[in-house]
Amino acid sequence: MRKLIKHVARIVTVLLLGGFLGATLVRLAPGFGVDEQELDSRLNHESIQALRRSRASDGSLAEYYFHYLNRLLHGDLGTSRTLQQPVRQLLAERFPETLESVGLGLALGWTLGLALAIAPVMSRSWCVDLLTSLLAGVLLCFPAAVLALLFVIAHAPARLVLGLIVFPEVFRYARNLLEHSASLPHVLTARAKGLGGFRVLLWHILPVAAPQLLALAGVSVSLAFAAAIPVEALCDLPGIGQLAWKAALGRDLELLVNLTMIVTMVTLVANTAADLITNPLRRSAA
Amino acid sequence: MKWARMAAIGFLVLVSAVCLLAEFVAPAPYAHQFRDVPNAAPSRQHLLGTDDLGRDRLSRLLYGTRVSLFLAPAAALLSSLLAVLIGGTAGFVGGWVERCVMAAADLFLSLPWLFLLITVRALLPLNVSPFTSVVITFALLGCLGWAGAARVICADARTLCSSDFVLLARASGNGGFRLLWRHILPNLKPVLYAQFWISIPVFILTEANLGILGLGVAEPLPSWGSLLRELENFSAFSAQPWQFVPLILLVVVVSCFHLALQKQELSA
Repeated sequence: MRKLIKHVARIVTVLLLGGFLGATLVRLAPGFGVDEQELDSRLNHESIQALRRSRASDGSLAEYYFHYLNRLLHGDLGTSRTLQQPVRQLLAERFPETLESVGLGLALGWTLGLALAIAPVMSRSWCVDLLTSLLAGVLLCFPAAVLALLFVIAHAPARLVLGLIVFPEVFRYARNLLEHSASLPHVLTARAKGLGGFRVLLWHILPVAAPQLLALAGVSVSLAFAAAIPVEALCDLPGIGQLAWKAALGRDLELLVNLTMIVTMVTLVANTAADLITNPLRRSAA
Repeated sequence: MKWARMAAIGFLVLVSAVCLLAEFVAPAPYAHQFRDVPNAAPSRQHLLGTDDLGRDRLSRLLYGTRVSLFLAPAAALLSSLLAVLIGGTAGFVGGWVERCVMAAADLFLSLPWLFLLITVRALLPLNVSPFTSVVITFALLGCLGWAGAARVICADARTLCSSDFVLLARASGNGGFRLLWRHILPNLKPVLYAQFWISIPVFILTEANLGILGLGVAEPLPSWGSLLRELENFSAFSAQPWQFVPLILLVVVVSCFHLALQKQELSA
């Protein structure tokens, strides 16, 4: 319980600091406080003064951050300048799409990564090792955006791209871990005693590698969310990655900072969950 | 695998040399338009054809490779220097300084890399000159990529601080800056080299992602990102397979970096 409270406190601190950093960046960005509406020749002097007064409340950085936090605590994430819609509504519409893509990508990446990492360790064949390493190595050299473009050209399901981005990272790490676990003395003893390959893997190799693999699971969530930007932008998937890209092109900083904070929260929660599960596993393995 | 590493380094040297001599090797300047032959197929005049604005693709590839291949190491150097400055100092001083620096590094590492990058990129003006866009893109990569390396260097500096030879140096009257400069920093070199080499392919790929998304180097200056953006217009009906040459070169160069850094990684 104490561990959980500590983790929650850490998440809140990181989010508060991240929010402050985001607010600072928005406040200091060139063009802050300037509104294109002021250039509208149809507006009279009073209207322009009213526009300026509406922004005057965000005079200093502290005031700006205070208002930002206050709005955030009331569930108001502001309004997107480019899309002219509340950020909350945009998130409600687009987050499920990204969650689905990321979930599918993680499932595919982990299934492929683990299966291809187990294959050379169990078969102990240099040929399998070379082929799987080559496949993962080549995929590791492709930018996520290029993979997305290639899928668009080939008319392949775009959601699978995230799986191909997660796969090489999982494979590389899992293969090294499993190889190390498979060379431990207790595994060699088990093999020498005549235990079958599947049983050795399930009872002696995987339990040793499980804590580190779980830690990697937390990291892979962050990786998949980051890759969602080019994939959704280029494959026209209406998720928050595409929203972030549109916001970046339109310099919609409030929307971008909110999106970054929300994705950070999701990745922090994933890392914390992985950490909380990993610790008891580590203790039992020790 | 020594031969593979040597071949990778040889290829990188060759590509770097050709790109460095782009002014002499390229058939035309990268922005020169041959308006009579837009979207031309490969010919003796244009070995990789021309793009939709009539610019020679080979020339753009050579200049673009030069931009990506030389500025990614520059960004990697910047991030490694920041990492050694921040991580090394934190590890050396220890206490609350170390805790604060590591908390800041944690904060940076919690933010998904591409989200952070496009957020900070969007804070800066987007309609800038090509030269400014190059500086902004690679300076951002350098400035935001320090956190992971700083953690490793901080942990290493901490271990070094409690090692016997540093204790002996302390006992001999060395302290403060001299201890850091003469005894700790030279021993951080292997980790620093490894972090530098690891960062280069990461930054090359990130620049390519940013370029394809239209947030990287501005036209008409080419980079791998802007060259790969052409693939957006690729269609099976008007198939121009030579459009894939920049992609093949990018994949081969990044693979070569991975092959070349293996030994550095191991020695660190």
